[in-house]
Amino acid sequence: MLLTYYFWIKAVKSGSIMWSASCALAYFYMVSSWGGYVFLINLIPLHVLALMFTGHFSHRVYVAYSTVYILGTILSMQIPFVGFQPVQSSEHMLAFGTFGLCQLFSFIEYVKSKLTKTQFDTLFSFALVTVGFAAAGAGVVLWASGKIAPWTGRFYALLDPSYAKNHIPIIASVSEHQPTAWSSFFFDFELLVFMFPVGIYYCFKELTDANIFIIMYGMTSIYFAGVMVRLMLVLAPVMCVLSGIGISSVLTTYMRNLDVNQLKKSVTSTAQSSTRARRNDDSSSYPRKNEIAFGVVCMMTFFLMTYVFHCTWVTSEAYSSPSIVLSARSGDGSRYIFDDFREAYWWLRYNTDEDAKVMSWWDYGYQITAMANRTILVDNNTWNNTHISRVGQAMSSTEDKAYEIMRELDVDYVLVIFGGLIGYSSDDINKFLWMVRIGGSTEKGAHIKESDYFTPQGEFRVDKSGSPTLLNCLMYKLSYYRFGETYTEQDKPPGYDRTRSVEIGNKNFELEKLEEAYTTEHWLVRI
Amino acid sequence: MSQVGQVVGILRKLNGEYQSSTPKKLKLIDAYLVYVLLTGIVQFAYCLLVGTFPFNSFLSGFISTVGCFVLAASLRIQLNKANQSVFNVSPERAFADFVFAHIILHLVVVNFIG
Repeated sequence: MLLTYYFWIKAVKSGSIMWSASCALAYFYMVSSWGGYVFLINLIPLHVLALMFTGHFSHRVYVAYSTVYILGTILSMQIPFVGFQPVQSSEHMLAFGTFGLCQLFSFIEYVKSKLTKTQFDTLFSFALVTVGFAAAGAGVVLWASGKIAPWTGRFYALLDPSYAKNHIPIIASVSEHQPTAWSSFFFDFELLVFMFPVGIYYCFKELTDANIFIIMYGMTSIYFAGVMVRLMLVLAPVMCVLSGIGISSVLTTYMRNLDVNQLKKSVTSTAQSSTRARRNDDSSSYPRKNEIAFGVVCMMTFFLMTYVFHCTWVTSEAYSSPSIVLSARSGDGSRYIFDDFREAYWWLRYNTDEDAKVMSWWDYGYQITAMANRTILVDNNTWNNTHISRVGQAMSSTEDKAYEIMRELDVDYVLVIFGGLIGYSSDDINKFLWMVRIGGSTEKGAHIKESDYFTPQGEFRVDKSGSPTLLNCLMYKLSYYRFGETYTEQDKPPGYDRTRSVEIGNKNFELEKLEEAYTTEHWLVRI
Repeated sequence: MSQVGQVVGILRKLNGEYQSSTPKKLKLIDAYLVYVLLTGIVQFAYCLLVGTFPFNSFLSGFISTVGCFVLAASLRIQLNKANQSVFNVSPERAFADFVFAHIILHLVVVNFIG
């Protein structure tokens, strides 16, 4: 993405076809790696439109955009996932429209240069009436007849954040798709959050083609990063760029006022008329220019140093631990490792048939495929919403109903994550409501209603006052099987769930259709 | 009707201006542009008449004509002496870039045509 933007800026600045072709190649690489290429193919036309509106449209921009669009489009259609979307879906229409507009603009400029004003006006109005209406008519017909597809699910959810929550629960359930809290902005960026507006201010002061691009990139990406946490990664590079512009502009402005020689001279010699004259000059703009400049430079240096400390701390604490091996500090300060995930996957790998099928929630699909080497039903890349919904229905139904679904799907093993023994909060019972929502979102699961799993007061409880539907569903039974006899904490009754901090309601039941195959050391993974 | 007459007159004047003020090199490129445009129109008309199967071949051919048109137009803009201030590429460099982009375009077109 950054390579594409770099080549684009180079192409706009130089107007050379080589940079534009390189931009198209970098764009091709971007399309082959991430669906976020839609952001690029909309930001670049937006930039061209902004240049047109501000009067910066020049031959360079025409050459750059036309080449990038044509080469980029045909290259992107080589990727099977994209296929013919660039000419059929609404997400790509802005780029197409801007391309047409570019050609028109340039042609009009060319004709204008050959004629006088009055002649050009007559010709222009004539052309507008004939050609303009025909083109507009064709466009409306195409859109109304549905040949151009409207904005689809996950991108529409960016423009209307409430859309996913109401219509597509599986998109809404991903924790990375939630709106961003301001604290995560500060956690990831610290000082840059404050220098970002400063950078934008300095970009506005000097509006070149490239600065307009950076401003647009910054504004659009900060909006999208606010809508979805995952898009912070799109914001991060432009945050760094704009903050860099801000910091360097501030430092340059104040460094200019800094005169170290004058500081020394005013300390050593006080009676010389030259320094007195110079001091008089200073007080004409504002007093103590030197001291203020020195203060500001020191302050910026201090900010930059704390920023470095903050970044290294954040990376070591939050972004360096593997999520498959958990660790905690025990009472005496030493580190205690929970390796249950790998234990369970290795058990699966060596103690089950090679063609055994495992049913679990889609979060663990990739891990089971890679480490246990067994077939799974759903994983992170499953686009078949109905299939995932079927798994959700199996988890939310009673054991008999779930057994029918599992027979239909030809399942041999069921894997659940249970954190009640050690207090792990990302387990399947905490994710359970999403399973219910997704399970109830398709036809076959219409009998599954989220409200059935809550208490009459509307709470989600697993203790005695929990809803009977919840206390008898498959997920509950598989998580809490034999848990009723287990002691977890001192002074607490057996069956005390440390994650939900309650004693469970349904203990001492037997499983009729399934049997327990394996439970890991800390009961994290149960098969 | 008089407006149409006016427009025809303007077009004739435009043609005269064009013939007199454009150097030979650029006229050559313009002839090439007209040819490519005609090829594109023929392809599009065929698609409208006969249908879009196979769609990838149609797209590949059509984008090939549009690409050739755009690249030649860009080359013309870069070679035009009047625009020298806007760009800083020499004519040789402009032509080399043109060839480079064409290589990429034709490689992709051949791959896509199926």
